[in-house]
Amino acid sequence: MIPLSWYLILAAGLFSIGLFGVLARRNAVAILLGVELMLNAVNINLVAFWRYGDVAQMAGQVFAIIVFAVAAAEVAVGLALVISVYRRRNTVVAEELDLLKW
Amino acid sequence: MFTPVMFASILPEILILALGMILLIVEPFWKENQRRNAGWLTAGGLFVIIIVSLLFGQPGEPTAVLGGMIRFDWLGFFFKILFMFAAVATALLLMDHEKAGGRGEAYLLLLASLLGMNLMAVSADLVMLYLSIETASIPLYILAGFLLADDRSTEAGFKYLLFGTLVSTVMLYGFSLIFGFAGTTNIYKLAEMLATGNLSALLAFSVLALILVGLGFKIAIVPFQFWAPDVYEGSPTPVAGFLSTASKAAGFAVIVRLFFVAFPDFAPLWTVILAALSAITMTVGNLLAISQTNVKRLLAYSSIAHAGYALIGVVAFSQLGAASVVFYLAAYIVTNLLAFGVVMAFSRVTGLEELKDYAGMSRRNPWLALLMLAAFLSLTGMPPFGGFVAKIFVFAAGVQAGYVWLVIVGILNSIIGVFYYLNAMKYVYLYRMPNEDEEKHPIPLTRPYAIALAVLVLGVILIGTVFAPWFSWSDAAALNLF
Repeated sequence: MIPLSWYLILAAGLFSIGLFGVLARRNAVAILLGVELMLNAVNINLVAFWRYGDVAQMAGQVFAIIVFAVAAAEVAVGLALVISVYRRRNTVVAEELDLLKW
Repeated sequence: MFTPVMFASILPEILILALGMILLIVEPFWKENQRRNAGWLTAGGLFVIIIVSLLFGQPGEPTAVLGGMIRFDWLGFFFKILFMFAAVATALLLMDHEKAGGRGEAYLLLLASLLGMNLMAVSADLVMLYLSIETASIPLYILAGFLLADDRSTEAGFKYLLFGTLVSTVMLYGFSLIFGFAGTTNIYKLAEMLATGNLSALLAFSVLALILVGLGFKIAIVPFQFWAPDVYEGSPTPVAGFLSTASKAAGFAVIVRLFFVAFPDFAPLWTVILAALSAITMTVGNLLAISQTNVKRLLAYSSIAHAGYALIGVVAFSQLGAASVVFYLAAYIVTNLLAFGVVMAFSRVTGLEELKDYAGMSRRNPWLALLMLAAFLSLTGMPPFGGFVAKIFVFAAGVQAGYVWLVIVGILNSIIGVFYYLNAMKYVYLYRMPNEDEEKHPIPLTRPYAIALAVLVLGVILIGTVFAPWFSWSDAAALNLF
């Protein structure tokens, strides 16, 4: 059986790629995609920990399912806000939205 | 299976959901010019819900209900009442907002967010905690970007969403690691699991850091504060008021419960981290507030500084500490809502938000100026207002726990605070409108504002003068943590 640590390393790698995407990409849609990768990393973690831990306890699986649902809601709202910004400003590049700054 | 205790534990949430449903059904039948009545419905409904909860929803001994998802105790109950009070005030302030006031969705989103905050205060399980944090946040993203025709509002919503989703995902990664290390998601079982498992200091530090990113964002402490001024400035003013009070208090409710209950063994570690963050937050918030010219940004930086003061109580990690945080948040919620209410009342008539536009305000509406003075003096920490007593308790908790240096930093920061709060009042009382007769530019208050502001100022004064009952409630709430 594949050891648990492999899954954790995979999840950590995926999380880091997602985080890099969020911090490095300038396009809002790409930033949201980065967040999705990070959420998937969390799900790998949760399901792996559940499988290698106490299988009778469902918390890990339930947690993962709830993360799906929340991620879907978050992206729906996120894309709606991106569209509302795009309509006003004709751009979705985060750096060009600079009306509000000190 | 379904016992009365279960029902009582989520009674406010059931009623809030019902109120939201009623709003959703009734609002489309109203004519365009009656739609603002949704604000009366929301505020009135929530007021009734507060009364009903106080009568029938009081907790007894702390119990775990609904499969251990919810902890039914005084801590959660007290916070719930605070959030609902903040939502009543916000609904009233929202009513006469020119663009958002006549839209039923705004009130519905407010209720949805309130539902999430209420559950944040009582969550006893990481799954429930994550779900409730997101339930509270997602409606707030929409509310911040609610004014679709306004460039600054859409930008505020956009920024809030991008930062918010990022940090909540980082926090979630921390939750998944805790679940892995402890093998349980129940906050009340975490402490013993983490104590028996030999979690190394480095791992404990990284997990706590991941969680602090998410919660630090919620309460807007340095270095996760950069969103706050932008979002407060851009979003509709009543929403900014709600964000800076209820949303912040909900974050503190989670911090207090999670750190006190789940991580007592790592207390030496996280108290040091939080003490440093608290000192930096106070100083950065206050220093940046000095140079602000926009009153909403000024209040944003002041609210960052106030998160720093409240953290002193968490750092103390004692019963007095927890009680002082709860008390501080109660005083802070009424005070800051009053400040944002005054800003809202002023900008509704004038459409202006810069500090210099407040010149001669005391002659345009003496009562509004007096309310602003009360709010700002309370934020400064002057007796007889709530902010004074709250600061005393927090500082006392800090001294009791041996953090004298932190309290000294806090006192020095309060002095910086006096400068910029009174600087703002200088425009209101000492300056005149250039080349205008103030009498010709009155600032009338509509009925919802009059009610909301009167109740809030009464709260500010009551918390500051008759503070014994408030403190004993806070203390009862804090007792549930130990």
